[in-house]
Amino acid sequence: MEKDQDKILNEVTQGEYKYGFVSDIESESIPKGLNEDVVRLISQKKNEPEFMLEFRLKAFRHWQTMKMPQWAHLIVPKINYQDIIYYSAPKQKVLLDSLDDVDPELRATFDKLGIPLDEQKHLSGVAVDAVMDSVSVKTTFKENLAELGIIFCSFSEAVQEHPDLVKKYMGSVVPYTDNYFASLNSAVFSDGSFCFIPKSVRCPMELSTYFRINAANTGQFERTLIVAEDDSYVSYLEGCTAPRRDENQLHAAIVEIVANRNAEVKYSTVQNWYPGDKNGKGGIYNFVTKRGKCAGENSKISWTQVETGSAITWKYPSCILLGNNSIGEFYSVAVTNNHQQADTGTKMIHIGKNTKSIIVSKGISAGFSNNSYRGLVKVVKNATNARNFSQCDSLLLGDKCGAHTYPYIEVDNKDSIVEHEATTSKIGEDQIFYCNQRGIKTEDAIGLIVNGYAKEVLNKLPMEFAVEAQKLLQISLEGSVG
Amino acid sequence: MSLEAVKIESKQKFIEIYQDNIDTLKNDAPEYINIARQKAFELFKNIGIPDKKNENYKYTDLNKEFDNGYKMYLSPKNIKFQINDIFRCDVPEINTKVILLLNGWYYDRENLITELPGGAIIGSFQKAAELYPDLVKKHFAQYADMEKEGMVALNTAFVKDGIFLYVPKDVLIEKPIQIINLLMDEEEGFTQHRNLFILEEGSQASVVVCDHTLSTPNFLTNSVSEIFVGQNAGFDYSRMQNEHNGSKQVSHLYFHQERDSRVNANTITLHGGLVRNNVHVLLNGEGCENNTYGLYLTDKGQHIDNYVFMDHAFPNCISNQLFKGVLDDFATGAFNGKVLVRKDAQKTKAFQANNNILLTDDADINTKPQLEIYADDVKCSHGATVGQLDEDAMFYLRARGIPKKEAKLLLMYAFANDVIKAIQVPALQDRIQDLVDKRLRGELSRCNSCQMHCC
Repeated sequence: MEKDQDKILNEVTQGEYKYGFVSDIESESIPKGLNEDVVRLISQKKNEPEFMLEFRLKAFRHWQTMKMPQWAHLIVPKINYQDIIYYSAPKQKVLLDSLDDVDPELRATFDKLGIPLDEQKHLSGVAVDAVMDSVSVKTTFKENLAELGIIFCSFSEAVQEHPDLVKKYMGSVVPYTDNYFASLNSAVFSDGSFCFIPKSVRCPMELSTYFRINAANTGQFERTLIVAEDDSYVSYLEGCTAPRRDENQLHAAIVEIVANRNAEVKYSTVQNWYPGDKNGKGGIYNFVTKRGKCAGENSKISWTQVETGSAITWKYPSCILLGNNSIGEFYSVAVTNNHQQADTGTKMIHIGKNTKSIIVSKGISAGFSNNSYRGLVKVVKNATNARNFSQCDSLLLGDKCGAHTYPYIEVDNKDSIVEHEATTSKIGEDQIFYCNQRGIKTEDAIGLIVNGYAKEVLNKLPMEFAVEAQKLLQISLEGSVG
Repeated sequence: MSLEAVKIESKQKFIEIYQDNIDTLKNDAPEYINIARQKAFELFKNIGIPDKKNENYKYTDLNKEFDNGYKMYLSPKNIKFQINDIFRCDVPEINTKVILLLNGWYYDRENLITELPGGAIIGSFQKAAELYPDLVKKHFAQYADMEKEGMVALNTAFVKDGIFLYVPKDVLIEKPIQIINLLMDEEEGFTQHRNLFILEEGSQASVVVCDHTLSTPNFLTNSVSEIFVGQNAGFDYSRMQNEHNGSKQVSHLYFHQERDSRVNANTITLHGGLVRNNVHVLLNGEGCENNTYGLYLTDKGQHIDNYVFMDHAFPNCISNQLFKGVLDDFATGAFNGKVLVRKDAQKTKAFQANNNILLTDDADINTKPQLEIYADDVKCSHGATVGQLDEDAMFYLRARGIPKKEAKLLLMYAFANDVIKAIQVPALQDRIQDLVDKRLRGELSRCNSCQMHCC
């Protein structure tokens, strides 16, 4: 049985990446390299107001003084920042009036990915902002949302049309000095999504951004800003894919969320960047800064992520629990295969009184991969009655992979209760035996156990996404669950 | 006995002291020790004293402590009093072989080495290095990692005296050996002692270590103990830290365990201004078992930082870590435990727990239990909690007529008892139970073990 199991586990790691195709779309790029002129050029190309250029330049100057962080449990090959194209956009004629104006090849690409750009035909009720090579190509359902006062558009559009909002909130959660990759992003970000939910509005549909890297040698730097005013609610989805290429591509994004009084923001990610081939060649370097600020009382921010892609993942979606009674949540499934490396987790900073946070992290490592959870729970002195519970489990499928847990707990007052627990194990022979005994084949049993293991997190995903996430998990279990 | 006192400040100072006193240091020490000394000095020049940027010292700033003008002795200071007159161990009915270290020097200068029945040897490290070069050379500086740890390099560069224990093959020492580290001086002093415990195959021994301060000045201690536990040997290490609040202590324990060996290490921290305990365990053979426990009860401005590194290098080993602490007033605490399971260390069982109770809003605790696992067939878990006494339990007791204060003490005592009951020496266990009880009541404001009433 041991051998049988090994064979099946082997098959688990053979899941093919389905989104590795390249679309032949004419794109407009600037030359490789990074300097002040490039930053100015990006700003100029986007026809940005003065304050944006200033912001970019400040960030760029600060970035030059910084060093790449080394603390993560990752082996990151040296990245040559001069060898990257910082701006690449699918060639657009002028402004798109209707869907018919969208490049048919581009539409075909998103159709292939199963993204409902074509709103008439898809009644799935998801508004999508599709971002290809860092430029937003099409936002659906915009008009319907506008009736409610919801602004959902590309970041560049927001800069043009709502500069006050952008100026007020951009950098308020992730300042341009935050970290190496946040500074880099602040200097060169090309586009992204902007979402504003006005007071007392409950967004009637899921908002979604779909990121796609297409052009070669480019880096993708997008920025998402979500502002939820008092008493509002929004659920936001993010998905991503990239073509299969031999060289590594850099993705350094920023997501900022502001939740005001009684607001709730739910942010779900299915991250499926190209993870590289079986020998660890190629793949996306994913260095992302995601942070939410529960600014008002009783606000809530919830992060749910399913991480299956990227050669290297460096990502810590965090919550600053500033308002009293605010709640932060983090649910994560991270799967690493072959030579993938992931160092991911969260930060929960309790500042307001009676704040609560919950962390559920499930890591699954296979092949030669390394999967780390790194998290911080900090309770400051005035955050009385803070409550945190963290659970971080790791599942090892194979004897050449690694699973690591690095929790940090810092508590400064006596009324708070903070709990952390973690386990690491493999699928028990007794569990398999139990299933076998009941007529369930070993490969089905492994699928069953892994799905059960991740269920707690998958359940937190919105319906539309849960299906995709489950499919993704199944890809990696192909051959064992049939 | 010459006296050489030198004022010290920080890394540069140590480098100067070393260069100025190289002859004194190298005098009397065998060549192989001086080779290690020189190597350690070169390493120290590069690493220096760890600062907060060092991930392992994130919560304890040692540089600050070294800025004080402590004096350092390169040979034993003349002792003008009979220590036995003022110090007696007050653990009742404890039947131990007592060894004294005064300010890091072996106290009984007339009788530096004692041979115990069965060929076991106990005595001064300095003397042993001279008398048993083959034995010491084989183990000295082999387990303590001075390449990564600047404090170990510093200790090795200035190595002079400490305790040496050797237990030959299949010898069992029934009586626990009690090592008492006394700090006593009229001026502020920096001491560094170096212990080496060698337990050969199939042997067994038990060591009780007590840390005391007998006079009021501030002290800084940086000690290193290397402990080799041979195949199928058993070693029991209990330690009680009870120094006054002006003392700062950094201690390093390096356990090297061979196949099927068993080690229990138990550290009870009752008092101490700044205490940093580093425990490194290498399970270097199959079937090893290691239990590392710690209890810390801090108040006022005390700071306690426990660091444990458990290295599972071979399959089928078991390790347990349990650290519990109660923090009162504006005390600060940290726990940093790491379990590393290497690639082929299958069937490893490793458990790690850190529980803390904060009694005031000014106390704070930082804990980071870590797992780093490279083998798949393992059972590893860790947990950390920070909280208060259980309200339900409190209610239960109060509903039965127990006053709030007593109920609180009872619960704290129960909380601490998990660690105390793991102490293997019964007499010591009783005594520590008693001390912890007193400590929790706030009655142990001075070291009970001495008549100096210094703190």
